[in-house]
Amino acid sequence: MSFDFAVILAKGPEILMGLGVTILIWIVGTFFAVILGFVVATARRFGGRLVDTLLTLPIEVLRGTPFLVQIFLLYFGGPYIGLRLDPITAGLLGLSVYGAAYYAEIFRAGYQSVPIGHVEAATCVGFSRGQTILFVLLPEMALLVMPPSLNMAVILLKETALLSLITVPEMTMTVSAIGSQQYAFVESLVVLAVVYWALVELANFLGRMTERKLSKLGTT
Amino acid sequence: MSWKLFELLLQASLMTIFVSFISILAGLVIAIVLSAMRMSGNRWLYAGTGMFISFFRGVPLLVQLLLIFNLLPLIGITLPSLATAIIGLSLCTAAYQAENLRGGFEGVPIGLIESAEMAGFSRTQSFFWIRTPIALRMTFPALVNEAILILKASSLVSVVGLVELTKMAQNLSASTYQPLPIFASAGLIYLVINWGVAVVGRRVENALPGLPAK
Repeated sequence: MSFDFAVILAKGPEILMGLGVTILIWIVGTFFAVILGFVVATARRFGGRLVDTLLTLPIEVLRGTPFLVQIFLLYFGGPYIGLRLDPITAGLLGLSVYGAAYYAEIFRAGYQSVPIGHVEAATCVGFSRGQTILFVLLPEMALLVMPPSLNMAVILLKETALLSLITVPEMTMTVSAIGSQQYAFVESLVVLAVVYWALVELANFLGRMTERKLSKLGTT
Repeated sequence: MSWKLFELLLQASLMTIFVSFISILAGLVIAIVLSAMRMSGNRWLYAGTGMFISFFRGVPLLVQLLLIFNLLPLIGITLPSLATAIIGLSLCTAAYQAENLRGGFEGVPIGLIESAEMAGFSRTQSFFWIRTPIALRMTFPALVNEAILILKASSLVSVVGLVELTKMAQNLSASTYQPLPIFASAGLIYLVINWGVAVVGRRVENALPGLPAK
């Protein structure tokens, strides 16, 4: 058994390209997931019982099935109903919708945590619904939703690796391709694991810093 | 899509359930050992378990599985794909379960541990007979949650060559050109399994004895 990391590291620029795609898809996908999740949670909170019930089903389906099955359904099944997407678009769409289901639940818990009296008080002083959300509900739930939101963002980062299975040219796909070209599979996978590990720990570290800053704001 | 295809998916889902179940249990045992090592007071064991947990929680499961699948033969170990899948899944879930258990162990009332000491329990006895059962009871909901996560994550073991529900769906979809109904059915089966686990989990949770007072 001999390890030869030089052949992998010589492909540095290609690996960096893959890393770039991974980070880009992650950031953009998480952004849309948060927005969509917030919209869904808000619709469930203010849209009446019917909207609430109707939105429960897709959330439960998205949370109860593997992400891999979802992207296979979207990417391989989509063309049969006229939804022909290139891998990156399919990956982004899949990641955003999948993440949105979890963020919708996080924001739902956030909405529930704010005492109803605060909302009624805002209404009494003449706040519109939008103002109530923006100036009362969001700031009050911020502290509560921050830790699970950051945690979910890290989960989504790791889920991007699955997009290699629908041929999105992200890091896992790029590095495994280099591994098979150079006949250095294990070396390439070790490099891959270390880069993901570093990325996740970095994201966790930044998340903890954000939480600390935010909780200081909350206590003053 | 014919009933025959659905039947094949159902058969494959038994493999999904089997692999997940074994991995959850093996992961639980490893997680308890990891917790014992972390709380042993030994600096090296503490650092080692910390690294283990950080690695398996920080690297995507897909990469872990590929790594184990390619690394084992290189160091002279050839295992059937079922064993490889179970090893990969249990190591990963062990890291998450150890993290869950940490909260449980921290919540064990100090008075109980002291009483055990007074009654002449050694540190090891107190760990396995007093602290572990209470920690397990406290984190039971997290265990059910983890079981559902692993059932979903088991869809990845197809990369080590094991034919479970997702791999069967892929194969059938490639041979029949009906990806839409096939992957939708696979999703439905996962949904029903997870729903079942959640329901049974709640039943068991309610049947378990209550927690000791603080």
